[in-house]
Amino acid sequence: MNGRILSVVGGMFLLTVCSKGDQGNAAAAPAAPPAPAAPATSDPSADGGTITGKIKFTGTAAKNPTIDMSEEAACKAKYPSPPTEEVVVAGAANALANVFVYVSAGLPANAKYQAPSTAVVLDQNGCRYHPHVLGIMVGQNLEIKNSDPLLHNIKAIAKKNRGFNVSQPNAGMTRDVTFSAPEVMVNLECNVHGWMHAYAGVRPDPFFAVSGADGSFSIKGLPPGTYTVEAWHERFGTQTATVTIAGTESKTANFTFAAH
Amino acid sequence: MALVATQDTSAGKQVYTKWCAGCHGDNGAGDGPAARHMIPPPRDFTGAVYQIRSTANGQLPTDADLLRSIDEGLPGTAMPGWKNRLSDRQRRDVLAYIKTFSTFFADTTQRPQVLEFGKEPGGGTGAEALRVGRQFYDSIGCRKCHGDQGRGDGPSAPTLKDDAGHPIFAANLHENWRFNGGPTTTDIYHRLRTGLDGTPMPSFSDLIDQKFLTETELWRLAEYVRSLSPGEPPVVRDVIHAPLVTRVLPRAPDDSAWNAVDTYWFPLVGQVIHKNRWFAPAVTGVWVKAVHTRDSIALRVTWDDRSASPDSAWLGHLGRVLATVQSDDSTREQPALWPDQMVVEFPVTIPTGMERPYFLMGSSSGPVYQWRWTSASRSAAVAGLARGIERFDSLPRGGVGARAVYDHGQWRVVFTRALASLDTASQLPFRSGRAIPVAFFALDGSNGEHGTRMAVSTWYFLALDEPVPARVFISPVLAMLLTLGLGMLVVWRAQQKTSYRRQQ
Ligand code: HEC
Ligand code: HEC
Ligand SMILES: [Cu+2]
Repeated sequence: MNGRILSVVGGMFLLTVCSKGDQGNAAAAPAAPPAPAAPATSDPSADGGTITGKIKFTGTAAKNPTIDMSEEAACKAKYPSPPTEEVVVAGAANALANVFVYVSAGLPANAKYQAPSTAVVLDQNGCRYHPHVLGIMVGQNLEIKNSDPLLHNIKAIAKKNRGFNVSQPNAGMTRDVTFSAPEVMVNLECNVHGWMHAYAGVRPDPFFAVSGADGSFSIKGLPPGTYTVEAWHERFGTQTATVTIAGTESKTANFTFAAH
Repeated sequence: MALVATQDTSAGKQVYTKWCAGCHGDNGAGDGPAARHMIPPPRDFTGAVYQIRSTANGQLPTDADLLRSIDEGLPGTAMPGWKNRLSDRQRRDVLAYIKTFSTFFADTTQRPQVLEFGKEPGGGTGAEALRVGRQFYDSIGCRKCHGDQGRGDGPSAPTLKDDAGHPIFAANLHENWRFNGGPTTTDIYHRLRTGLDGTPMPSFSDLIDQKFLTETELWRLAEYVRSLSPGEPPVVRDVIHAPLVTRVLPRAPDDSAWNAVDTYWFPLVGQVIHKNRWFAPAVTGVWVKAVHTRDSIALRVTWDDRSASPDSAWLGHLGRVLATVQSDDSTREQPALWPDQMVVEFPVTIPTGMERPYFLMGSSSGPVYQWRWTSASRSAAVAGLARGIERFDSLPRGGVGARAVYDHGQWRVVFTRALASLDTASQLPFRSGRAIPVAFFALDGSNGEHGTRMAVSTWYFLALDEPVPARVFISPVLAMLLTLGLGMLVVWRAQQKTSYRRQQ
């Protein structure tokens, strides 16, 4: 088998409904012939398959609202001109950043993956979250820190995980949290600053990525198999594609969202 | 736990269906038939997110926590207390049943763990302790939501939502009798440590754990918050006494003459009689003072309102209110910049018997006399006759003055008028010697209140006190002497008689 991509279709379908649920809106291509059952593995093999792709959108996205930081001089001072929210972060040629891409189905049911011991850091700096979208494994530490000399409360709104809402009034405060169940997405927000939103994709495996400023992503180390890959964007909803990996190859899955 | 052993979820289901489902919904999703009328809406039990806990932020509550909410209810919300309506057994059964709505309670990794709260340190009521508390109130950002003076009017207040996106007010810290989790310093301290999960109110425990604050300092903050409310919740006294003042009438809301005048509190509730009914009023009560001179009366009405409406900063909140609360109309109203309003109502004439006009703005046959003030024209009030909730005819030469101040989440409005009336047929003449019925209506424009959507009181009374005439002071003394004298006489006579009899 030459491992051709049997189907990368999700991206071809434009979204018509805005949805933040994990239901894919785009139809998947006809299912690939079942791949030989992959052996269960505890760590993603470094030389497994790779899925890369580019994400873009068509149409014109509404302008991100400008943030009025007049109440927070210390944050305001960190920007030469008033910053905007990050609802749609676009690169050149409508490349779309901050899309959470992950393998939503196809991994062996009995596979268990060890969470890395390194933490994912979420920084509150200039009254914005860095990063705005992140992926994290079940059990992996999320280190939430405050780099601003003022009060942020960080609240997680979740369904499958326990939410939380803790305050960090001082610069240098940190809080480690872990999530116990997969959930796409856990919403993070600050209620002092209504514009502060971040999203965490919580996965039981390491096969996820967040698209960069140029809209590109890459998921590495996949064992052979046929996978459903889902792309989630906070405003444009979700799309799926089906990708089959046969060996240590690299496949492409591009996604195109429709702005609305 | 002993508690668990006695719980029976099928019996609990019966209690639940009968008493709780109307609000919390058959499946515990917070969507009962009554749910769409109230803010905050009934709790959705499926997420197992509870506000009142003794456990750390994000954790499940203990059974004791849940039982407390069921027993006492959540003051300041539609959630009633059940201690006096259901038996011990029924309350425990229903407790066990509401836990079955969420899988989190079945998950053994989610054992709730009670926090170590410690005891309130001594010395908490002195000025120095309160100063320390106030300092942290400012430095750790309570004011962002609760406002400089704690009336829930901070810069972030208009943007607040609960987890489900419903509008939520930052608590007015001057009304501890409406705190969900209880009014005491200890209750407040516990809420600061645990947060109120599902709402924007976060936990402040990390400050202690990470040594940014000592436990004593957080207790001082709780004590400061407690000091903002009166020592005891206000009690309703039916009759507003307006003393006669010899100096000039205090027309300004902050005239120092008001300091010496007794204040009266009256609770307001949503107008739920006429369509469109309103179950989510923002104004919870009015504080009233009144004085009169030989020829005029001044009435000062003070009420807490988080916004000086119209205020475009609150449009988002207003939109959320209209989206959350079901209207009696099928069409949902668009948010608009409505003003705040205060209506003071009297009968047209002082009734001689117990007969009073219909409190809710009179009727077509029995009008009421009203003073209407709106924040759109702060220094004016309109006098007129209301003939039912929908009809108001302003009177020419109404003769009512108004002066208003908006100050950190509070309106203070002074109404003034001559005692005598130019038109006794429709304008009440104020006279001493008889109790004059009075009622109050308040509308917060930024909360979507206009038309029939308002907070209402029932009839209370206003009495113009006469100065106590000099002879009244003397006569009791005389009377006492007289009685005493008579008594002495009687005793003396009796003694005389006895001795006389003895002599016989
Ligand atoms: C009139 C409507 C109403 C009825 C009837 C009612 N509730 Fe509630 N309940 C509420 C509301 C509203 C809230 C949410 C208050 C808030 O969010 O601040 C609530 C919240 C709760 C909570 C959450 C407390 C917390 O810590 O967050 C519990 C537990 C509860 N109710 C139990 C019950 C039980 C048990 C019954 C029946 C015996 C019942 N309720 C009947 C309106 C109602
Ligand atoms: C991000 C906004 C926010 C901040 C910051 C905040 N609060 Fe609150 N607080 C709220 C909201 C919203 C409620 C009302 C919750 C409800 O109605 O259920 C509340 C409720 C309360 C209550 C009432 C508790 C009860 O039992 O009902 C107290 C007391 C309180 N806050 C004190 C404080 C203090 C003290 C601070 C600072 C240390 C603070 N809050 C910081 C939003 C905030
Ligand atoms: Cu913030």
